[in-house]
Amino acid sequence: MHRGNTRLLLLALPAVVVFAAFWLLPMARLVQVGASGPRGIAAYAAVVTDSNYFASLVATVAVSFAVTVATLVVSAIAGLFLQRNAFPGRGVLVAMLTFPLAFPGVVVGFMVIMLAGRQGLIGNVTDALFGYPVVFAYSMAGLFVGYLYFSIPRVILTVMAAVGKLDPALEEAARSLGATPWQVVRDVVIPGLRPALIASGAICFATSMGAFGTAFTLATNINVLPITIYTEFTNYANFSLAAALSLVLGLITWAALAFARSLAGSTVAAAA
Amino acid sequence: MSARRGPRFVAQLSFTMLVCAFLIVPVVLSVLAGVSVNFFIGVKSGLTLRWVGEVWSLYRDSIFLSMKIAIACLAVTLVLGVPIAYVLARAANRWTRLFEELLVLPVAVPGLATALALILFYGEWRAFRASWTFILVGHVLFTLPFMVRSVVAVMSAIDLRTLEDAAASLGAGFLQRFFGVIIPNARAGILAGALMVVTLSIGEFNITWMLHTPLTKTIPVGLADSYASMRLEIGSAYTIVFFIMIVPLLIAMQWLSAERNPGKAAT
Repeated sequence: MHRGNTRLLLLALPAVVVFAAFWLLPMARLVQVGASGPRGIAAYAAVVTDSNYFASLVATVAVSFAVTVATLVVSAIAGLFLQRNAFPGRGVLVAMLTFPLAFPGVVVGFMVIMLAGRQGLIGNVTDALFGYPVVFAYSMAGLFVGYLYFSIPRVILTVMAAVGKLDPALEEAARSLGATPWQVVRDVVIPGLRPALIASGAICFATSMGAFGTAFTLATNINVLPITIYTEFTNYANFSLAAALSLVLGLITWAALAFARSLAGSTVAAAA
Repeated sequence: MSARRGPRFVAQLSFTMLVCAFLIVPVVLSVLAGVSVNFFIGVKSGLTLRWVGEVWSLYRDSIFLSMKIAIACLAVTLVLGVPIAYVLARAANRWTRLFEELLVLPVAVPGLATALALILFYGEWRAFRASWTFILVGHVLFTLPFMVRSVVAVMSAIDLRTLEDAAASLGAGFLQRFFGVIIPNARAGILAGALMVVTLSIGEFNITWMLHTPLTKTIPVGLADSYASMRLEIGSAYTIVFFIMIVPLLIAMQWLSAERNPGKAAT
């Protein structure tokens, strides 16, 4: 038994050493640097005490929350439909919905430019129709569309898996008792899906809060926290504030994911 | 069956198709832009591989660097990840659970935080800072939890202890058991984890953007660069190259997932 424990320790050692050397120690340094600026430890409160950073936090939370709600509504409708109906072409639709799963944030940003950028589809169509191109890619609206694009495939897959686990007999029972289709959805299906919806919503929120690539591709002046941190670090060389803000942001995304995990068991966050 | 399909079916189908269009139309547009002579005029301006050729001459190095980092990242996550996954599956206690939680943190906190921490801690070590291995470290931190979780999931589902006891009673030493019994039984998890690691490494931007130097540009860094400073056709052609690299990985993942859970949606 004793020999077995030594062996387990030896097997764990490489990962533990690498993780400690390249993540735990640098992170400890980040915490220390965060408190080493002119503001001292108060830098950690700057995101609420400084009006500029607070505005950035509010904007980030607002766009992430809006994306989460929109993604859940869209994915619940489409996911429920795809899991409950068999029809020719269904496999193609599912494949199309899962294709963007591996796109990094920068590519998602480019997809938004293709839709709503200066040479984008929406601009061309509105120009032809009204003589005036509608271009909104390089703004908060573009960021919203980008995060929606990023989140929908992930949440639809979660919804489809959750719908597959629902017991159809419950809906049958509700129907036989005279419930209208809308009542069945409201009183049987939605409550059954609630844990999956809340968990994937929390993941969607955390990913949108921390994402950097999409905003970076669209415009470097969109006022969201990851861009603010990046600007503080590279343009102003304000290392301590960038460190403090990134740790506060990390705390928020970690808390949202921990909440999701407590509901849905093991879920590794989607890469942003 | 189809007789029962009323207006509600049609409405839901239309909605779902609209969502698909939202996701796929920009992909199609960017592919067209990458092979059109002039995207502003449209496909009628003619088809060309000129832009793909320009991407090759401008960004060839980034493509090779991304492949090198992805393969190195896979090797490192295998060497670190499979043994630690075995430990986590075999000894479930307070400490292993704590470590499992810690291991996921580089995915749970924004890549910016991890990248800043690495720069502040190791930035003074010039040779390391300027080398591609600096980016590799970021990728390993980010992908290791996916490998570990995938392997732990498979190892927890099989009865490792009984298999090992059986092998031991036949006289197999630990190394023989590890390579002859444990790894072959966990290969589905290792393969799924490996595909995930390579896909994520090729697409990683949030950490890489902060860690790269002008001489260590990966594909997503090059993509951001081409979107910002090249004409739309070149950015699009580069995106096509990225799609070509990522599609086989995606297909392999879906195939593997369908193989493991027949009848279930790929996740």
